[in-house]
Amino acid sequence: MINIPSTFKISFRALRVNKMRSGLTMLGIIIGVGAVIAMVAVGAGASRQIAEQISSMGSNLLIILPGATTSGGVRMGAGTQPTLTMADAEAILRECPAVEAVAPTHSGTAQVVFSHMNWSTGILGTTPSMLDIRDWQLSAGRPFTSQDVRSANKVALLGQTVVDNLFGDQDPVGQAIRIKNLPFTVVGVLAPKGQDARGQDQDDTIMIPITTAQKKLFGAQFPGMVRIISVKAKSAEDLAAAEEQITALLKQRHRIGPKQDNDFTVRNLTQLMQAREASTRVMTLLLGAIASVSLLVGGIGIMNIMLVSVTERTREIGIRMAIGAKTWDIRLQFIIEALTLSLIGGVVGIIAGVSTAMVLSSISSWPTVVSPLSILLAFGFSGFIGIFFGFYPAYKASLLNPIDALRYE
Amino acid sequence: MAFIEARNISKVYQLGDIELRALDGVSTTIGKGEFVAIMGQSGSGKSTFMNLLGCLDTPTRGQYLLDGVDTGGLSRDELAEIRNRKLGFVFQGFNLLSRTSALENVELPMLYNGSAAPERRERALAALKSVGLEGREGHHPNQLSGGQQQRVAIARALVNDAPLILADEPTGNLDTRTSAGIMELFVRLNRDPGITVILVTHEPDIAAFSNRIIRFSDGQIVSDEVKR
Repeated sequence: MINIPSTFKISFRALRVNKMRSGLTMLGIIIGVGAVIAMVAVGAGASRQIAEQISSMGSNLLIILPGATTSGGVRMGAGTQPTLTMADAEAILRECPAVEAVAPTHSGTAQVVFSHMNWSTGILGTTPSMLDIRDWQLSAGRPFTSQDVRSANKVALLGQTVVDNLFGDQDPVGQAIRIKNLPFTVVGVLAPKGQDARGQDQDDTIMIPITTAQKKLFGAQFPGMVRIISVKAKSAEDLAAAEEQITALLKQRHRIGPKQDNDFTVRNLTQLMQAREASTRVMTLLLGAIASVSLLVGGIGIMNIMLVSVTERTREIGIRMAIGAKTWDIRLQFIIEALTLSLIGGVVGIIAGVSTAMVLSSISSWPTVVSPLSILLAFGFSGFIGIFFGFYPAYKASLLNPIDALRYE
Repeated sequence: MAFIEARNISKVYQLGDIELRALDGVSTTIGKGEFVAIMGQSGSGKSTFMNLLGCLDTPTRGQYLLDGVDTGGLSRDELAEIRNRKLGFVFQGFNLLSRTSALENVELPMLYNGSAAPERRERALAALKSVGLEGREGHHPNQLSGGQQQRVAIARALVNDAPLILADEPTGNLDTRTSAGIMELFVRLNRDPGITVILVTHEPDIAAFSNRIIRFSDGQIVSDEVKR
């Protein structure tokens, strides 16, 4: 009968006797497990950051930029020529079946004043559907309405950063602020969204009706000019269709022949971000795979030390066999020794990996996410390594002939 | 019925092309409670015979019955179980685990038969006491004299209440006075719980403690004398 607790005791004793050797062997596993956990945490952190950016950007989002015209052989970059209009935006919503919502924007930067405080921020002139397109909630007050847009009313929605800088602890809703010396009434506060993909603070913004921005704040090179049109497709599957429909429609509206370059650019932001997310996932896998190699090397270290240990302890094995240890008593003793090395190494490695991840994110501001799954996997894998690499030495020990083993010097 | 019965046992080692006949048709019986000394020159086959008696090896031909059980058809693990329950070994070189206390050395055989920890401890303490090592339980082998180490080995052989002790030159590494002490211990164990003792030796003084001497030469028994 195999006595598991005593076998554990025997194994622990053997490991304690060779503290230095056991420690160094464990170090291989510690580094391996630690590396896997830290690397996966870095990768998962990057993935989560991108996923958060996608959700804060709004889903199924297309952006139409004006420009990219060719004049006199000089090709201009996207957004350099004002070619989009309010009418384009309305036509897209009306005529493209794959489109769910459209928000034209006209933006600029301006100094904002409330009482004795002032703050410079981006002013986004847009329509109420912008909130829908970017999945943007209000934390206080109400959104401005289509009526506000039609009448070019001087109403404003403030981002949280603006509220913090102008109002401190006061309730901004209903207050009057001055943007470029024009009085605006604060009707609502945008819920905080955090940083966008480029690391910019999305809450440092003020939303006003687009018409107000065009007519009263920033002016327009021609009536109805807009800088960007944001479009939300009905679903992720509709994104490509929406892109095609919009391109066709704008070509027709802007009278662009088959051989001419478009004077606008449609960008599929969601797709871009998803591509980034996918590449991050690949990076995570890659990092994890590289780190796993060190775990494997640690496992081979265990096997190496166990083989040495079996040879050194041939006589001990002979004694144990002579007094009645069976095949599996001997095997288990060495497997448990290897397992103990790898599991203690695994636990210490998990601690090392988690702390490395924490240190990394605090000193380098990389976001890291330590998932319980990766801890479980790393622990399970180190156990597996112990059994896998411990088995051969254990098997070898159990095959010894007791008479020869007893005579071994 | 004989406790130990060897029926025409041969052991042949194949060393390359040469066939080495370590035992050649050995037959004998040993009863319960006997104290047997096996003597012979080195290479006479006495150690091979002891290994077979100790179920550490199996005969090439012939039968070995221990307590009525034919050991011929048994597996490695079944032989291990017999060694654990019925046999106690005492070696010339003591063969204790170093870096392990006397108490734990004596507990060792019980690790392999599922005894519970408190029972192990209790029995090991009793066995150490019976060989006169009370108070030395926590000593490691390197803190004990040769005679004391051999006593620990004897305690280990006794601890499972084995009916048979096999001692292979148990006094070979000990001085005369210590040897006498060890032999008296064997005599006492043979007399009181009635343990069968078989010991290999080449010293007539040591063999004199036994009540039967079997002599080996060239793989065969050449004489078998019983004293009273």
